[in-house]
Amino acid sequence: MALSTPVGPSHSDARITVRDLDMRYGERVIQRDLNFTVRAGEIFVIMGGSGCGKSTLLRHLIGLVHPARGDVLYDGDSFWTAAPDARESMMRRFGVLYQSGALWSSLTVAENVALPLGEYTRLSAAEIAELVSLKLALVGLAGFEEFYPSEISGGMRKRAGLARAMALDPDILFFDEPSAGLDPISSKLLDDLILELRDSLGATVVIVTHELASIFAIASNSVFLDAETKTMIATGSPKELLEHSPDPKVRRFLTRGESEGETTHG
Amino acid sequence: MTTLAPAADAGLALEMSRGDTLVVRVWGPWTTGARRPAADEVDDRLASAPKPRRLAFDASGLEDWDSGLLTFLLHVIAVAGRHGVAVDREGLPEGVRRLLALATAVPERRDTGGVARRASVLARIGAATLESARGATTMLAFLGEVSLGLGRLVVGRARYRRSDLLLILQEVGAQALPIVSLISFLVGVILAYVGAVQLRQFGAQIYVADLVGIGMTREMGAMMAAVIMAGRTGAAFAAQLGTMQVNEEIDALTTLGISPIEFLVLPRMLALAIMMPLLCLYADLLGLLGGMAVGVGMLDLGVVEYYVRTTEAISIADCVAGLIKASTFGVLVAVAGCLRGIQCGRSSAAVGAATTSAVVTGIVLIIVFDALTTVIFDLIGL
Repeated sequence: MALSTPVGPSHSDARITVRDLDMRYGERVIQRDLNFTVRAGEIFVIMGGSGCGKSTLLRHLIGLVHPARGDVLYDGDSFWTAAPDARESMMRRFGVLYQSGALWSSLTVAENVALPLGEYTRLSAAEIAELVSLKLALVGLAGFEEFYPSEISGGMRKRAGLARAMALDPDILFFDEPSAGLDPISSKLLDDLILELRDSLGATVVIVTHELASIFAIASNSVFLDAETKTMIATGSPKELLEHSPDPKVRRFLTRGESEGETTHG
Repeated sequence: MTTLAPAADAGLALEMSRGDTLVVRVWGPWTTGARRPAADEVDDRLASAPKPRRLAFDASGLEDWDSGLLTFLLHVIAVAGRHGVAVDREGLPEGVRRLLALATAVPERRDTGGVARRASVLARIGAATLESARGATTMLAFLGEVSLGLGRLVVGRARYRRSDLLLILQEVGAQALPIVSLISFLVGVILAYVGAVQLRQFGAQIYVADLVGIGMTREMGAMMAAVIMAGRTGAAFAAQLGTMQVNEEIDALTTLGISPIEFLVLPRMLALAIMMPLLCLYADLLGLLGGMAVGVGMLDLGVVEYYVRTTEAISIADCVAGLIKASTFGVLVAVAGCLRGIQCGRSSAAVGAATTSAVVTGIVLIIVFDALTTVIFDLIGL
């Protein structure tokens, strides 16, 4: 499928390359031999059943967990073999929206969004306040600047988290289960917002989700993790996987288990 | 046919039909609270010759059932599976069949590690040893990171918010005054009492002032303030950081390239290191007042007399020794609290465990270092 606004010299640019990645939790293997590429400007979905290691993969991608084996490359540069300084500057290009929003609870919504700006830019307090208002307005939270995270709803915390993730105008936005805990309409609005942000900011988006409606609505590429074989069993556009995937597990997932003639559990 | 229980209770009978089919007949109320026959009979029958090829059920006499029947049936089906006996569930009520289908739908996960929990004593000792070695390593790594952070703080490159530091200073300092007042006053009273009972026998009650003065300034002021801080502030630090770990707030800092050590741990450590000597001085003073209360009220000493004796007894060196201890204890309490908070797992139970562990670690560190510094001060003559 075609991208609406390719970014960079060519939209086949590999922005993130995952190479021979093994993930472990202690002795227990979570996933092994992961190899896939996220191209610039794509909306890339990491999907799979509950407990297959989707969120863990995300934590590997954003540098929170060291892989048991393998590497993650950003624009061709190795993340895990890079010097700490280089790694930090790579991380500064990420915006991450955590599952719960992960707003710093001792700071107001505005202070949450302002913190990265204060740390990494030389802007004056007035300029930062303006930027904060803009980011909050973009996610529909204008007027909530002085609220503390505990005073707003879960959906609003998530949107405030998104405003914070966008504070430094990142190249890559990561979302961990963005629609978890949201009603269908809020979830649809968030999908629209993600598409809008990709198109207007030109960011690459990586989403962990198992929400089929979102997957078909926004994803241009994907990887499917399987909990049983502990590795990826498909990659490609979800719409194409639905029609052409040779793997019944992938088709069953994408059709909520209603695909033809496949009834075994797993 | 073998009847295992009287008809009023749940009943179980086994009979062969059509040569190779074992029919399991159940009747009566098969509920969790009721008396039910054990499944041993079925196990034995399935294991003994002539082996049935099929297993069927007859539940026509069943009056009532709940999970009690289901656990029995699941056991029977599992045993039958091990003996290669085909199970025909037709004779069971519709609801039972559907619940059994649900319960057996997803095969048990083999790699969850649930079985490996029961290890031998030696294996457990080994695991505990490795675990404590890992604990020591993480503590050293944490101390290393904290030292690097302190280095950056000294050259003014550490990233933390001044307003956070001020807030924490207020929390650990001013807000702790009431509890510190109460405890140290009473400790002064206790010290004076213990001394008074003995010294009165020799008519030397005036030396209660020496006892309380030296005891409070060198030792008890710093230690009591530190123990209060471990219970009050160390626990609070662990709970705050632990909750931030659960809410992914610490992850959010890390991915932003802000070190949680600089941003969260340094201001807390700094605040305690600054406030502890002040709290210690305050505790010393309140302890002396407690001693004076006993001296004046019980031993009929004059206020001025007691005051003069105290000033003669204690020296600046005693106070300095106490203050050095207090600062060290402050850092230790902060390290214990923050370490346990940062190490916290991702559940609310883990936050509780981190808090408990922070207090225990804090108090152990305080006592161990107190013993060490007392010996060292004696050696260098402070």
